[in-house]
Amino acid sequence: MNAQQLISQFQAQGLESSFHGRHIQPQILAGLNGGNWRLKDYESRGGYQALRKILGQDGSEGLTQDQVIAIVKESGLRGRGGAGFPTGLKWSFMPRQFPGHKYLVCNSDEGEPGTFKDRDILQFNPHIVIEGMAIAAYAMGIGVGYNYIHGEIFKTYERFEEALEEARAAGYLGEKIMGSSFSFQLHATHGFGAYICGEETALLESLEGKKGQPRFKPPFPASFGLYGKPTTINNTETFSAVPWIINNGGAAYLACGKPNNGGTKIFSISGDVERPGNYEIPLGTPFATLLELAGGMRSGRALKAVIPGGSSAPVLPASIMMDITMDYDAIAKAGSMLGSGAVIVMDERRCMVKSLQRLSYFYMHESCGQCTPCREGTGWLWRMVDRIENGQGRPSDMDLLDNVAESIMGRTICALGDAAAMPVRGMLKHFRAEFEHHITHKTCMVSAHV
Amino acid sequence: MSNIAPALSPMALSDATAHRFAKEVAKYPADQSQSAVMACLSILQQETGWVSPEGEVAVAQYLGMPVMAVREVSSFYNMYNLRPVGHFKINVCTNLPCQLRDGAQALAHLCERLGVESGGTTADGMFTVQPGECMGACADAPVLLVNDRSMCSFMSHEKIDQLVDGLRQSAIEKATP
Repeated sequence: MNAQQLISQFQAQGLESSFHGRHIQPQILAGLNGGNWRLKDYESRGGYQALRKILGQDGSEGLTQDQVIAIVKESGLRGRGGAGFPTGLKWSFMPRQFPGHKYLVCNSDEGEPGTFKDRDILQFNPHIVIEGMAIAAYAMGIGVGYNYIHGEIFKTYERFEEALEEARAAGYLGEKIMGSSFSFQLHATHGFGAYICGEETALLESLEGKKGQPRFKPPFPASFGLYGKPTTINNTETFSAVPWIINNGGAAYLACGKPNNGGTKIFSISGDVERPGNYEIPLGTPFATLLELAGGMRSGRALKAVIPGGSSAPVLPASIMMDITMDYDAIAKAGSMLGSGAVIVMDERRCMVKSLQRLSYFYMHESCGQCTPCREGTGWLWRMVDRIENGQGRPSDMDLLDNVAESIMGRTICALGDAAAMPVRGMLKHFRAEFEHHITHKTCMVSAHV
Repeated sequence: MSNIAPALSPMALSDATAHRFAKEVAKYPADQSQSAVMACLSILQQETGWVSPEGEVAVAQYLGMPVMAVREVSSFYNMYNLRPVGHFKINVCTNLPCQLRDGAQALAHLCERLGVESGGTTADGMFTVQPGECMGACADAPVLLVNDRSMCSFMSHEKIDQLVDGLRQSAIEKATP
């Protein structure tokens, strides 16, 4: 057996993570089984009907650019990458009559710890992303697009390249798509290990062949984006939601979530649950229901805390989590954020100091070094949490942690600084006693200390 | 001030490599070849095991960009090997979601099995072991990446043993005519 054959035996097939049949009203992951990712499979699920519809190739008159954007606005679709910005509104910022080049970029640089939904979409339903991007390109009058894929999932990048070839050969991409006057070229490109490139302007820099250091905003990408041209960037899952919205209408999409939180969302659940994986459910579903879908707590242990939206989101204790619904507004009201939809679940054995120590190391490692508060502050935060974890903490560290976190927040070019500071503040707000115990007793409050 | 560093000659690119480079360059506007630098460097690494200074010069010449601009990229992104590594480079994710599902134990077991420190290379040059940051596969923990391009999931101690034994065997078989 050669090395490649051997390694392929250990590759995940998505069965555990996404094809467990425990979604609620799924749209993006509906009907998938891991093997049916090809164009003919997608078409048999109704794929490319939305693109056909807007281009008027189904016998109808087609939709204008304004009509497409109006439907997306009506749907209440919000960015699934982390910021939750209304997609229709973002699309309306693009200068549609601008005569020069414009670009469309899909952000598949999925690196927020806890998130693994875009990987499964790209791997097992790549054509839904291609169709969503083609519809977006039509709506904004864009001729060229790129999908920037996380470097660590190289097989997924190769899969997406294969799907692009299929779409080109079938006339869904390229010149005069399906005989219409609309042309759109789409290419795949990959990162190579830099969390910061998930930030949209760092991603643009990377796509231009540079180190991924974020740009000042403004100017926003809609006026000065890739190669200095108007550019729209959306997350993989956001584009994937678009075909369903065009086929079923904006109102139907909104109706399956809750007001201001339309549609379904894929939550990636990791940590101390029986069945970690992706669960696609309507926004506004109670957290308790989501936890149940994931098989409940591992080994029947008690829930202690949840990081509800990826590692950058402030942690929330069990008492709050069990009472909230999973949507942008409810989680924000509880003092955290829905972010990318990564739900990191921690049981009663978990030490919060140890957890924060690992996260702080990550942000120090991934700071791009451009802004002083982030470059120096993330290292400072990690050194403090690390010494508290190792029984070397000083009483003054409690205030200092708060102070350093405060001094990073809002003082950097991009959100990585905030992302490093928010977990610290969340931990101190809800689990302060654990940090104080570590400092005073030089041991962990939680007996298992794992 | 004169530049005292000796000028490096570029690595010679095979036709096959140049063909792969050309395919990447074709994705971008004619005046934006630099956009292909990430892909070209990863191709170089796949073919030669690392990004050598001579390789950087070759990529710079091919794409028409300064060598220093290539180096800025190769030194910024974590996955480029700026010095030679073992025949198999294995990165184990140890970020928080994986930590909650035995990622750190997987790394420790791998190191013990191979008799190597985290970050080190085995004496026979077969394996390099490194900790890694989030690979976006948290439900499949423990996860590890072999030579940048192949992810292995649910890596129990037993599976790790199977993997490293099998990889070693495959390398021996390949070397034996």
